[in-house]
Amino acid sequence: MGNLADLVERFYGLTAAWGIPWLVPTLVVMTIVVSVILAYISVAAMFMIWWERKISAHIQVRYGPMRVGGWHGWAQSIADGVKLLLKEDIIPAGADKVVFVLAPLVVFAAALAAYVTIPWAPGLIVRDLNIGILYMVSISSLVVVGVIMAGWSSNNKYSVLGAMRSAAQAVSYEVPLVLSLLGPVMIAGTMSMGKLVEAQSGVWFGFLPQWFVFPQIVAFLTYFTCALAECNRLPFDIPEAESELVAGFHVEYSGMRFAIFFLAEYANMFTVSAIATTLFLGGWQGPRIPLPGLPREVAHTLFGLFWFLVKCYFLIFVMMWLRWTLARLRVDQLMDFAWKILLPIAFANLIVTGLVLVLGRQVLLYVAGIAILLLIAIALVVRTGGRAVQAEKAS
Amino acid sequence: MTLQLAIFYVVAAFTVWAAAVVVLGKNIVRAAVALIFSFCGMAALYVLLDAEFLAAVQVLIYVGGITILLLFAIMLTSRIASKTARVVNDQVILSAMVAVGLLVGLIYASTSGLVMTAAPPLLPETSPFLGRALLTTYALPFEVVSILLLAAMVGAIILARKE
Repeated sequence: MGNLADLVERFYGLTAAWGIPWLVPTLVVMTIVVSVILAYISVAAMFMIWWERKISAHIQVRYGPMRVGGWHGWAQSIADGVKLLLKEDIIPAGADKVVFVLAPLVVFAAALAAYVTIPWAPGLIVRDLNIGILYMVSISSLVVVGVIMAGWSSNNKYSVLGAMRSAAQAVSYEVPLVLSLLGPVMIAGTMSMGKLVEAQSGVWFGFLPQWFVFPQIVAFLTYFTCALAECNRLPFDIPEAESELVAGFHVEYSGMRFAIFFLAEYANMFTVSAIATTLFLGGWQGPRIPLPGLPREVAHTLFGLFWFLVKCYFLIFVMMWLRWTLARLRVDQLMDFAWKILLPIAFANLIVTGLVLVLGRQVLLYVAGIAILLLIAIALVVRTGGRAVQAEKAS
Repeated sequence: MTLQLAIFYVVAAFTVWAAAVVVLGKNIVRAAVALIFSFCGMAALYVLLDAEFLAAVQVLIYVGGITILLLFAIMLTSRIASKTARVVNDQVILSAMVAVGLLVGLIYASTSGLVMTAAPPLLPETSPFLGRALLTTYALPFEVVSILLLAAMVGAIILARKE
């Protein structure tokens, strides 16, 4: 939004005219921005927790929270938050206290730092880094560090098991995740979140929006699967599988420290949805109607914010929907899926995208032809191999 | 400039402190956690040097990949976390000589102003230049590193495979 940036500039100019060193207004602006983001994360997380309880309840033909606050128990999360604040702060006697206290902070700091490059609306972005998407991916990988710290410092076998599973899962799924993000980055030729959204403006054939999800549908599905694993959501929630590990890595945490883990988890869900929205679903792009009584720029920003949030929350809804629909994967199935299925798919998508970008669209015909031939060859090999095994068994 | 210098000193002190905990810490898991903080401090130093691509990759690879595998390996070994590790081994004199030599060399390099320590020209955006350089001028070293990593991977698979 042009006028927000103008406002900040004017504030800087004003303080400079008053002779205040520029460090002070910079700190003031930073504090305000961080407070706004923190407030957004808290409110959004509370909403998402309530929403998830409602969705899970309706999928299981129940009502979910109905009492606190009146309409459909909307204040349930606030009540839960207050309860968590009032709880006793317990640190287990056998725990490594420094690491135990530090772990939730690391997790939350990593989740918060990723919000710097989320493009909310045209011009409404804290800092449009030129390595935006790489920054987001690398800073989110810090979450696992906090999870391992929490799991180990609790001095509890269930939490160590959860932390180890989380480490193995995060390292495995990070590889196809980054590879799948490369597809849109290659097409747009930039890693800046703002420019990635701008690269998706316009329409194909007069009706289809030029979002990267259409040419990069394989990458989108790969990314979304890996993102579920990165957030430890079902069907990839073995780090905190309740039925085997009680609560996984945060089993010893209670009160506010537990609440911070919970908050970070929902903040991360929003982050991965925001990345998917920005890279694949056109970010803030969407139909706009002129709003009477509002300057054009403000209306643009509001509509951008609206479409961005709609797309993000739709993806979050899909994540919740999957959680209450699918069963949990086993540890070995999880690893097999990442390394033997997702990684080859991500590589193939990368190669095909590169070929199309360099040689033009007719390459797709050759690629399809080669793929069909390969499939036939594989099918033949499998059939004859199967026969050979049967013959061996018979003899 | 003075603010940048102040930030540099804070970050550098933090990095050195974390590295000291890695080397001197008796608890191996705490040492690994300190290694993570040390790597993050290095990334911050890269940002101060306008190499933000390198900083992001540093966090992604070293913090998100290597240290996590390190912690994973530590937790797989039974009860190592409860024991106190030895901080010094039997080759104190040899390593002290290497360390002192390195320190003298670094002090000499930074005070005498060698060509290598001169500031490189500033680029508006480093990642495109980096990508182009890796695939043109430095294609051969890049490929050699890839083959080395591939060999390491094949070796690891052979070691891990059960007959």
